[in-house]
This record gives sequence, structure tokens and C-alpha cells, in this order.
Amino acid sequence: MSGATIGLLVLFFAIIFLITKPLGLYMAKVFGGERTPLSRVLLPVEGLVYRACRVDPEEEFHWTKYALGIVLFGLGGVLFLFLILRFQGLLRLNPQDFDGLAPHLAFNTAVSFMTHTNWQSYSGEQTMSHLSQMAGLTVQNFCAAAVGMALAMAFIRGLSRRSAQGVGNCWADITRAILYILLPVSTILAIVFIWQGVPQNLQGALSVATLEGGAQTIAQGPVASQEAIKVLGTNGGGFFAANSAHPFENPNHWTNFLQLIAMAAIPSAMTYTFGRLVGDTRQGWAIWAVMAILLLAGTSLSTVIEQQGNPNFDAIAANQQAGAEQAGGNLEGKETRFGVGQSMLFTNVSVATSTGAVNNTHDSLMPLASIVPMVYMQTGGAVFGGAGVGLYSMLIFAILAVFIAGLMVGRTPEYLGKKIEPFEIKMVMLVTLAIASTVLLFTALAATTDRGFAGVLNPGPHGFSEMLYAYSSSASNNGSAFAGLNTDSSFYSYTLGLVMLLGRFMIVIPVLALAGAMARKERVPQSLGTLPTHGPLFVALVAGFVIIVGALTFFPALALGPIVEHLMM
Amino acid sequence: MTDPPNNKKPDPASPAATAVRRSPEAREMKKLATTRKSGIKLWSVPIMRRAAVQSLIKLNPKKLYTNPVMLVVEIGAVISSVVLLQQLFGGDGFRFTLQITIWLWFTVIFGNFAESLAEARGKAQADTLRATKKDSPARRVKGLGEEMVSSLSLRNGDFVIIKEGEVVPIDGEVVGGVAYVNEAAITGESAPVLKEPGTDTRSTVTGGTLVATGMLRVRVTADPGSTFLDRMIAMVEGSARRKTPNEIALTILLAGLTIVFTLVVITIQPFADYAGDEVSVAILAALLVCLIPTTIGGLLSAVGIAGMDRLTRFNVLALSGRAIESAGDVDTLLLDKTGTITYGNRLAAEIIPVGGNQKLVALIAARMSSLADETPEGRSLLQLAEQVGAPTTPTLSPTADVIKFDPRTRVSGVIQDGRYYIKGAVDAVISLSNERAPEDMQQHVTRISSEGGTPLALAIDKRIVGVAYLKDTVKPGMRERFDEFRKMGIKTIMLTGDNTLTAATIAKEAGVDTYVAEAKPEDKIRVIKEQQRQGHMVAMTGDGTNDAPALAQADVGMAMNSGTAAAKEAANMVDLDSNPTKLIEVVSIGKQLLITRGAITTFSIANDVAKYFAIIPAAFAATYPALDKLDFMKLDSAESAILSAVIFNALIIVALIPLALRGVGYRPAPASQLLARNLLIYGVGGLITPFLGMKAIDLLITAIGLV
Repeated sequence: MSGATIGLLVLFFAIIFLITKPLGLYMAKVFGGERTPLSRVLLPVEGLVYRACRVDPEEEFHWTKYALGIVLFGLGGVLFLFLILRFQGLLRLNPQDFDGLAPHLAFNTAVSFMTHTNWQSYSGEQTMSHLSQMAGLTVQNFCAAAVGMALAMAFIRGLSRRSAQGVGNCWADITRAILYILLPVSTILAIVFIWQGVPQNLQGALSVATLEGGAQTIAQGPVASQEAIKVLGTNGGGFFAANSAHPFENPNHWTNFLQLIAMAAIPSAMTYTFGRLVGDTRQGWAIWAVMAILLLAGTSLSTVIEQQGNPNFDAIAANQQAGAEQAGGNLEGKETRFGVGQSMLFTNVSVATSTGAVNNTHDSLMPLASIVPMVYMQTGGAVFGGAGVGLYSMLIFAILAVFIAGLMVGRTPEYLGKKIEPFEIKMVMLVTLAIASTVLLFTALAATTDRGFAGVLNPGPHGFSEMLYAYSSSASNNGSAFAGLNTDSSFYSYTLGLVMLLGRFMIVIPVLALAGAMARKERVPQSLGTLPTHGPLFVALVAGFVIIVGALTFFPALALGPIVEHLMM
Repeated sequence: MTDPPNNKKPDPASPAATAVRRSPEAREMKKLATTRKSGIKLWSVPIMRRAAVQSLIKLNPKKLYTNPVMLVVEIGAVISSVVLLQQLFGGDGFRFTLQITIWLWFTVIFGNFAESLAEARGKAQADTLRATKKDSPARRVKGLGEEMVSSLSLRNGDFVIIKEGEVVPIDGEVVGGVAYVNEAAITGESAPVLKEPGTDTRSTVTGGTLVATGMLRVRVTADPGSTFLDRMIAMVEGSARRKTPNEIALTILLAGLTIVFTLVVITIQPFADYAGDEVSVAILAALLVCLIPTTIGGLLSAVGIAGMDRLTRFNVLALSGRAIESAGDVDTLLLDKTGTITYGNRLAAEIIPVGGNQKLVALIAARMSSLADETPEGRSLLQLAEQVGAPTTPTLSPTADVIKFDPRTRVSGVIQDGRYYIKGAVDAVISLSNERAPEDMQQHVTRISSEGGTPLALAIDKRIVGVAYLKDTVKPGMRERFDEFRKMGIKTIMLTGDNTLTAATIAKEAGVDTYVAEAKPEDKIRVIKEQQRQGHMVAMTGDGTNDAPALAQADVGMAMNSGTAAAKEAANMVDLDSNPTKLIEVVSIGKQLLITRGAITTFSIANDVAKYFAIIPAAFAATYPALDKLDFMKLDSAESAILSAVIFNALIIVALIPLALRGVGYRPAPASQLLARNLLIYGVGGLITPFLGMKAIDLLITAIGLV
């Protein structure tokens, strides 16, 4: 790694570390219904929302009611978005007169944005009207992120409460997440983006004559507003097909760095919120450390691999060495303005946080480097992960690790004083099974059917990686695309959409059940006989566990995709 | 007419009693109990034979279904067998598939064998107990007379008479008579114990024990088939064994992992299909069996049974498997002061001269007045006096006049060689003496009382010469024990009826964390509930009827075998040796059980990493020879790699049977240290071992030409 890359990593992790406490503290207050500096302005608005929706924010929901709320809110969102997309041709704010989306694509996109996946089987600038972008996709970006944060809060309450029936109020959680956190911060972000050159207007594409005399169509629209929530809400769905590689979405190094920080901010701060609310911030920092170590390891590994360049280029005597003239490394699919360092940090942060935004083409990653984002997804987006989602995904790993290793201290395993008993393990295993079963079975389906095979643009192990990547991405509601796989077909639209739904609800429901069961439990007091869950040993244990569980489940698949591709190079 | 139960205490040393103690019956009982305690020899031929037969019977899927991991292994073995049959009628690879198939079957059988071995030990123990439990004649009280009936026809509420030399026919409570009973069959201890009516600790008799001297009138408290011995047999035999919550949770986890790995393996075929390859079904079956956690799956129930067995050998009977697990979780011990922390007897701690007398005079007074005193107090005073300098002569002369302790006079002593040595309660001795009590005496008496001790006045010829300090003595080693507990994060609470000052003194001396003074028996349940409200898991011991509610409330309640039927009924463990300090070891056994489970699970999962590196390259050797680079063990060939993995997987179960049965070594230490140590041994060890093991097997099978 070059000095600049190392500097970039240090700067990134330092800023994330510094943001974690203040933002985490603020979120703890928001979700606890405490007063914050914004309360003076927003409290009346919040009250208005509750009155309009006839919600009593003080009412505590049993986990089943909470889950029902989340499911209905999600399905309602899918239906609403589906209708907008399907009928955008009849609606306003459509300067380029785009037709409504085909049913399979409208379904896939609606599910994709509701489930926080933001998988895009379309090119935004050639498919979506401004209304669809704003009232459809951007609205879901807010809602999906808020749902993720609400789920995390329900889970935290499960761990922090004792002998309680309720896990909170999903309507209040969603409202507060949007009003106090997502809206204010993304407003500021949007303004910064506009300042840095990201367009924000309602005009149609410009047709301009180039200096060479050719014609060029330059798409524009309400980009900055969508860009802000795309990164802050860890959604990842771009206004343009090229996502953050498009100069209008990501004009320069500053916006690139700001996007990195925005993606990691909420997932990182959630760990502090967690520690704060369970009454021991060390617990939160331990979880943060597991995430940070895994992200740092993944980023370093993939950067080093990419920086070494492509051996096939060496064979034709192409110079890939870093020097005064160039940053070097494998630059296929990367922008020279970002180089390997900024591209790989973006890839790692974006995939780890489940955002899925790209500033380079993952299809062009070296095979071994492409394993890194796949593992982030196959471990369920636990390394920082999506806003809120990452926290509970990592906590599920922590519970599993505590259960197996915790037995080795001679006590019924417990996490944060909550005993882990058969019901809890059942729920944890359901979550583990959800990712493994959807990714493996659907990849197998795509690999063996003609309609699945039809989308593969590169046969051989690389094509296999493309399918594996697509289903890993949709099952973990990530949305990152490898590219190289044509998914604008009814087969991929429906199977990927189905996988996204399964990946969402097969996890959300057991997670909430787990929260409910934990909330009902008494808390076992800490003693010397308690397995400490805040020290370096625990951090190493959980990090090791994430890798081993991920590796054990997906090793054969990875061996037949990227690993063999690498070995055959 | 029945013989009226006499209330004269029988003499345990009487010729009759000695004869009974030495009777072949008594000797046989003692032998059986000793066998039980020392444990049945694990690798003995009959046990191995029994286990081997059982492990084949257990191949029946109906018996295997409670163990999802092993059931999947069996399905894998069946699939492999079918492939083998196909190859028998043409096709190649027969030799290889045959070996794979054999080892897959061995994997199931080894797992079954581990469980059978543990069970066989339990069964052998049960047999020794059953030998104790014979149908014996009983004298049932009928009207004013008695009738001889079989013990099997006795019912709860009947009254029986048991005479000298007869076997107690069934469990009961002594309502009349006094006798020494030989309980060797239960405790393995051949010294007979006193039984009399109306006490909490000496009024229960257990069926199968032997009345050595004396006679008892007993009210039957159990029906045949539900006696203590029956319960004990059911428990050690494992027929009453249910999966404990933690075992269920672990089984769910293992089942979940098995499903995940089944998905992994069944999707390999379509993945290979995409690559234009076909992986043989036998290889997939082999991979599946290697990946699912067979090691812990095969050993899980053996670990549980062995934990129960360890407790039984320790002569503690758990009335449920859950109780042992709870023992591991206990973080608060509620201990009675008397009997558990202290001897309960007040032993001499100090002899103080008063009234200007020489120290030696006081010592002589203490020694002489205790010469004929057989009580623990008296013996300890004699011993102390001689230790600190009293002459060891004269001994008790045959002509001496012994003044026996009498509750009215409250003094005892000897008149020897014309001198009159007495000791006793201070006011009693003062009133006997013919002069004023020495000036300095009162201050010593006050000090002793305030420290919770008992002062005794010592007098020679009616003149008070000293004061003896009798102290409730803390059993040796208790402080170290409690220190260990603290290290394990376990809090100790001492309960005593003494006043606060005395309680504080003893608590400090013994090193317990807290104490509850002036406690009434009802306070136990209050303290337990209070602790449980704070989330603590509480263990306690008890023997009296008024302990019963607290024993039931505690997470681990250990009743003394000598205790009342009510106490034993309420408890979830019974200590056959009636030694309350054993609670401490029980906690360790509980912890060891959980640690063993966790260690083998960790080892089992960690093993999988290495197996992938052997099998995946081998499975795709034809299509993707490049994958061979993953096999950095450099195994000989694809076939030998797969075979090595399967053989290693089967043999590791056998290799770990001793560990499963013996349990992982446990020393009290904080959880963080335990975790670090076990994670290193079983986690890191589990990652490395299979690489070495598979390489070794590969070298071996290649050398002898199996592949």
C-alpha cells in the first residue's frame, strides 16, 4: 500500500471513530424520546405525525405487534412504489417522457428499495422519471433506513430491558429516525453536494454538441437530494447507472471522502448507541472494534491484491507499477482520478455497510479481491452493515460466539446477562439459515437453468462469481452489483426480488422474536464467573467467528468462483 | 404383642452389632457401594461388549432421530452404500467407495459406541444398586400384632417393625425405638449410624440398609417402586434422563449447522454442473459427513451421562440432569454455619488461669475434669490441655469416681486420688464452689461470650482456677475453598442463628462474603428469594423438614441423606454421605460438564476448516486441477485426501471418548482465564489437529496401499 492509501485509511478510521460517540449519544437520546437540540423545532412536527396517523408513541409493542408493523409498512411501501414506477408515464415530473416500468422490473425495483437493498436492474437516467426518483425511490430510501434503525432499537431494547413485555413502538422509532436523524443530516449533506457540483433540478436531459461535433445527452435532475440519503441511509441506489463513478454523483475527492464517511456514520454510531443503552459503553466499543478490525483487514487485503495488478497484463509487458506517472495497480474498471486506494476503500466501505454504491466496477476486481465484498455480504452485512441492520447482524454473531465459547467457562452462556437458551438459539439459527439457504439455493438454480445461464456474460468461474455475487447481494439486502450479469430479465427480476424479500423477513422476524425473548428475561448479575464480552479476547473471538462461519458456509462456492479463477490466472 | 420399642440406646460396639457389621451381607453391601463410588472400570471387557452391541442396536433410525447429526451421518452412509451396490454391478471406483462406505458406517457406530459406553457404565452402577434392592420380608404392624409380608406389599403409611439383624424393607420414618443402622449400601460407610424418632437428621431409614443393633418402629413413606433407591437406579441408569435445556439448545445449534452444511453439499452438485463437472455422490456423502459436527454430535449425550456418573461416584445423587447444569451456573452459595462451615461442636480453643493461679493449675484442672468425658467438647479440652503443657499423667484410675454431666447440675468431672476436679457452666460452678468467684474471671467470661464462644469454669476442690474457652471451630481449608469460589465469581452467604457479633467473628475467620445472623429457618427461603430476584442462581444444603421449602426454592438444593423425607423430596440432589461441604465439588462438576460440551463443540467446528482444504480440491480434481494448490498438506491423491478426511473424522470421535467421559480438566479460575485457555487448546488446537491428523492418515493409507 502506498503512503497516500495508508494515510487515507488512517484518516477514514479516525473520523469514523470520532463521529461514533457524539452521533451514537444523539441517537440514544432520540430513540429514548429524550430532548435534543432539535426538539424545539421537531417536537411539534413529530406530534403532528402521530396525531395524523393516530399513533400513541408511548404504547409499548409486543415483538409480534412490532414485527407486524414492520411487515405491513414494508409491503405498503412496495405497493406504493410499484404503482408509481408502473404508471410513471401517466404521472407528472417526467420531462423525458419515460414509460412505466415493465411489471417484473417494477416489482424488482420496488422490493429492492423497500428491503434496503437498492439493487438496480435498470439505468436510472434512462428509466426513471423525476417523480419516481423523488417520491418513489428517495422516499423509500428514508423509510428503509429508518426501518433498519428501528429494528436495531428493538433489538437493543431486548438486550437492555429486564422482565419486559415490549420492545418499543415501531411507529415512533421510524418517525424519530427520519425526523431527527436522516432528514436533518441528509439535508446538510445534499447542500454540501450541491456546493461541490452535484446537480439538483427538475429539468430533463440536455442535448449538447461536443467539440468533436458529436451529440451528447447529459442527464440531470434532483441528484443531490437522492445522493445524500443514498449514502447516509446506506441505501446505495444511484440516480445514474454509473452510481458514484458518475461525475454528477461524485464530482471529486472531497465528495468521495464525504460519501465514505456518510455511509459508515450511522452503522458505526449505532454501536455506541447500543453500548449506551445497555448501560456499558465498553460493550458497544467491543462490537465497534470487531467491525473495524474486519473492515480494516478486508480493505487492506483487497487493496494490496489490487495494487499488485493483473498478472495477465504483466505478460504483455504493461506497466502496472506505481510511480510518478501513475498510481499503478489493476486499473481495469477504476477511475484514474480515484486509483486503487480510493476505489478499494470505497468498495469495502460501501459493501461492508451494505450500501452497495460503487465508484469502480467490481466485475473487474482481481478474483481474490472480489472475495472480500462477497464475504461481507455472505456474513449478512455484519461488518458495520446497513443503518441498524449491521448492529443486530453482528450481535447475532456475538450471541452465537458466546453460546459456543461461553460454555467453555462452565456456565449456561449469557450475553449482557441474558441467558441464551433453546429459543434464542433457534432464532439465531434461523437467521444463519436464511442467508445460507437463499444464496446457495438460488445460485444453484441460476447455475443450472437456461434462463439463469442466459444472463451470464462471462462463462466459466467468473460467470459463476457474477451469479453468486448477485444472490449474495440480494439475500443480505446489500445491493452492490458485480455487473457483468444481465439481470433485466423476468427470471432475475423475480428471483432476485424474492431473495430480497426472504433475506429481509426471514431475518427480521427471528431477530424481533429474539428481542422479545431477551426482553422478557431477567438479567444475570456480572461476576468473575461471567464471560467478559468487552475485552480484546472477546473481540478476537467474535471476529474469528464471523470469518469461520462465513468461510465454512461459502467456501465451496467461493472455491468454484473467485478462488479457482485466481488459481487459473 | 409387639415388643415395646425400648428407648435404651443400643451400643454400636456390642458383639451383636459387630457381628452384623461383619456379616457377609453387610460386607457385600459395602463392596457394592465402593464399586459405585470408585466407578465402574471403563474399559473392562463386559462393559465394552455391552456398549458394542448397543451401538449396533442404536443404528435403528428410530433410536437415532433424537440426534440429528448422527441421523444425517447414517443417511450419508446409506446413500454411499447404495452407490456401492450400483458399482458392484458395473462401474469403477468400487474399491474407493467401499472404503468410504465402511468409514461412514464406522462414524455412526463410533458415535453410538460413545453413548453406549457411558450408558453401560450407568447400567453397571444401577446393577450394583439393584443388588441391594432385594425383596425382603417385613413385619407389618396389624392391629396390636404384626404380620410377615413381602416388602413389595408395603404401602405408604404402613407401620413396620425392624429388629436387630434385619434389612430395612422400604424407606420410612422412625417413629419409635432406637437403633444403629448400617447404611453401607448407600454410603459405603460401614460404621453404623444412630436412628431415633423425632429428629431432623437421625429419623429416616432407607430401604436396603441393615439394622445392626436395636429395634425400630417405622412409618413407611414410599410405595415400592418409588423409593429412594428406585429413583437412584432410574437416574444412574439413564432411563429417567431427559435432555437438559442447555443440551437442547446445543442440539438445536448442531441441527442448524447440519442443515447449513447439507445445503452447502447439495448445492455443490449444481455448481459443479455449471462448471461441466460431476462430483460422485459418494464423495458428496463423505464431504457432508466430514462437515457436519459429528464429533460433538456423537459425544454430546455421552458427556451428559458421564457428568451424572461423576456425580454419582462422588456419592451425590442428582434427581435431574438439569440440577447438575444449574450447579455450574450457581453464583451464590447459601451455607449453614453449623455443620457446613464449622464443626458445630464447640471445641476448646484456650485455657485461661484466673484468681492468681498458675497456668499449669488451670491446665491440670481442664485435663483431669475431662479425663472421663467422651463428648467432643471434653476430648478437645483434654487434647488442648496436654498440647499446651499439662502433664499426660495420671490417667483415669479404675477407682476414680466419675461425675457424669447432668442437665440439672450442668457440671462434669472426676474425683481421683481424693481431689475433686470439675468443669461446667460458669454460674453452676460458682454456686458449687465455697468461695467467691475470682475478680478477674468475669472479664474473661464476658470477652468469650461476646466473641461467640462458650466459657466453662474449671475448678479443683471447689475452688475456681481457670476458664476454658470453647469455640465453634471453622473446618480446616474452608478459607481456601471460599477464596477459590471468589475466583470463580461465586458469592458465599453464611446463615446462622448466632448473634451478629459471633456471626461476624466466624464469617471473618472462615472468609465468607456475607452472613445472615440470628436467622430462623424460615429466613432461608427469604434470603434465597431475595438473591434470585437480583438474578442470582442459589445453591443450598439442608436436612430438616423446615428446610424443605427453601430446598425447593433454591436452584440447586442438596439434601443430606440423613435428612427427613420431606427435605429429600424437595431437593434436587441428595448427598448420600450427608456432607454439606460437598456442595462445593458439585458446583465444579457442573461447570466441568458445560466446559466439556463447549470444548468438544469448538473443536468439532474448528476441525472443518482443514477438511475443506483436503476435500474441495479433491472433489473437483478433474475439472479444476488448479484447485490442487489449496491442498497445502500435499495429500497423495484425490482419493487418499477424501479417505483421510473421512477416517480422521471417524477416529477423532473414538479419540475423544475418554475426554468426554472424564471431562475437561477444571481448575477454579475467572471466566476470562478459562476462556483464553480453553479457546487456545480446543479452538486453535481444533484448527491445527486435523491438518496433522489427515496428513498422517494419508501417509499411512498410501504406504499400506489402501488407495
